[in-house]
Amino acid sequence: MPKDTLIRGPVYVLEDNIDTDLLIPACYLNLVPTIPEEYRKLGSYALAGLPDSFPKFASNADGTTPFPIVIGGRNFGCGSSREHAPIALGAAGAKAVVAESYARIFFRNSVATGEIFPLESAQRLCGEFKTGDLAEVDIEKSTITRLSDGKVFALKPVGAVAPVIAAGGMFAYAREIGMIKK
Amino acid sequence: MTITEKILARESGAKLISPGDNIWVNAGILLTHDVCGPGTIGIFHREFGKDAKVFDPEKIVILPDHYIYTADEKAHRNVDTLRAFAKEQKLPYFYDPGTSSYCGVCHVALPELGHVRPGETIFGTDSHTCTHGALGAFSTGIGNTDAGFIMGAGKLLIKVPPTLRFVLDGEMPAFLSAKDLILHIIGDIGVDGATYCAMEFTGSAISALGIDERCTICNMAVEAGAKNGIIAPDQKTLDYVKARTKKPFEPLFGDPDARVLSERRYDVSKLEPVVAKPHLPDNKALARACRDVKVDQVYIGSCTGGKLEDFVMAAKIMKGRKVAVRTLIVPATRTVEQGLVDTKIGGQSLREIFESAGVEPIAPPSCAACLGGPIDTFGRTHGKEVVVSTTNRNFIGRMGSKESQIYLASPYTAAATALTGHITDPRDI
Repeated sequence: MPKDTLIRGPVYVLEDNIDTDLLIPACYLNLVPTIPEEYRKLGSYALAGLPDSFPKFASNADGTTPFPIVIGGRNFGCGSSREHAPIALGAAGAKAVVAESYARIFFRNSVATGEIFPLESAQRLCGEFKTGDLAEVDIEKSTITRLSDGKVFALKPVGAVAPVIAAGGMFAYAREIGMIKK
Repeated sequence: MTITEKILARESGAKLISPGDNIWVNAGILLTHDVCGPGTIGIFHREFGKDAKVFDPEKIVILPDHYIYTADEKAHRNVDTLRAFAKEQKLPYFYDPGTSSYCGVCHVALPELGHVRPGETIFGTDSHTCTHGALGAFSTGIGNTDAGFIMGAGKLLIKVPPTLRFVLDGEMPAFLSAKDLILHIIGDIGVDGATYCAMEFTGSAISALGIDERCTICNMAVEAGAKNGIIAPDQKTLDYVKARTKKPFEPLFGDPDARVLSERRYDVSKLEPVVAKPHLPDNKALARACRDVKVDQVYIGSCTGGKLEDFVMAAKIMKGRKVAVRTLIVPATRTVEQGLVDTKIGGQSLREIFESAGVEPIAPPSCAACLGGPIDTFGRTHGKEVVVSTTNRNFIGRMGSKESQIYLASPYTAAATALTGHITDPRDI
């Protein structure tokens, strides 16, 4: 898991039911995330499935994103089990998704890989932020702050997966508790 | 305990478990394919070491199916990676494309090959792994990291899901199929209506369904966000499984007084054919209410709608008639492909019926256009096509082009639509 517990920068705002085909279209699933060059390429295609009316997400010249925080509505990451989805966001340089709720496998893959923090907002935030607004996520305090006016929104506690997140992913956790060899 | 809880309890070594418990569960089968297998193997070697051995070669099944008939070099490289790994680990269940062991779509092949057994656990690097609950197994989709973990450790930490029970009774009307049933349910509860839950299907209408149709229902549980779909095994299940494997298995059943989170009841005799309109599987509409939707392409295939029973339904509609639009037929597996030749309606094989109706040349088995894929994928959309499809997802861009529109439908409705060129209730043919 990323070690920073304070994430600051512009947000990229999405809506409900952001599916894995929007996050990483299937034509890019020939890329293998464990190959470093292909991992970076996946980052450059993060959210490439969005309709053309959306601004490009990975818009930096080097294929990364200027948006470290993604805001979504309900059921973020629905669809496929492709781990390429949280990996694309993480490889692009995003640090956290803040959504009202998650599809199960996307949430699980985010935690297991440690690519991004999948955080749940206590209220709907899609209307509270516009793409490009500056925000700060404080993971220890479970808050996201809109920096233009200082308004603070609560995040839900991480819950049962907290030990896995704290350890830094599935393998680190399993080693910590002695389930697999160090 | 429910059937899902019983299986998870047995495979975790616990006597009693409850929804919300986080438990380590043994993997009966780990399934992977060409899109997620190479990444899974990469994680396995990175974490367990270059010389690591898989936990049990007998429990790993590799069924390449996604990007098989393409000139894409990376797709071929990925299959080569699987091939090398199967050799290195001496895996008996690698179904190699380009050889006679190649099968096709993993979720149709896995039960066909006898790898799905009641009471066991199956983890697969594909969200539609929930299909296999149709045979009374606990079966769920996972990512590469969890799969890499299972490859080495043979188990996974999972949260026990609460169960949503769906009781379907009544007699199936003519031209209504399992696809309609699950589209009705998803339309009612929404694409996140079963998030983190087990969807358990029961009732006389479920008992009356064949195995292919039961698979269609469990296949789409993930489209409501479910962790798994499950149907208790019965004699049909046991007959199907025993004809395909000699491995011993012990079915499990839920307790009559098991606690469930909710129960919904349906009288299927009152249901009508439906479609899911773009761009979500819960966007339900009656097929007869969509007559004004003109269609460019009809697609019959995939783990949801490319099984033998699906093609029997489509052939019943198409027999002796001509299609009005581009119609694509993709049998899910080699066995289904052979079934198109061996299965006859009124003396004519399904293949002959489709060919006489004027469909496109029947494609070899694979996932093909269900999920778009490389640019040269059979049936992939490239423009503003309106497609009626027997597949499972109608997300923006799902079949390739962001501008095309996908309507999900049953094989009956898809075939009826192929004949008229606009969305058609199969009862009108």
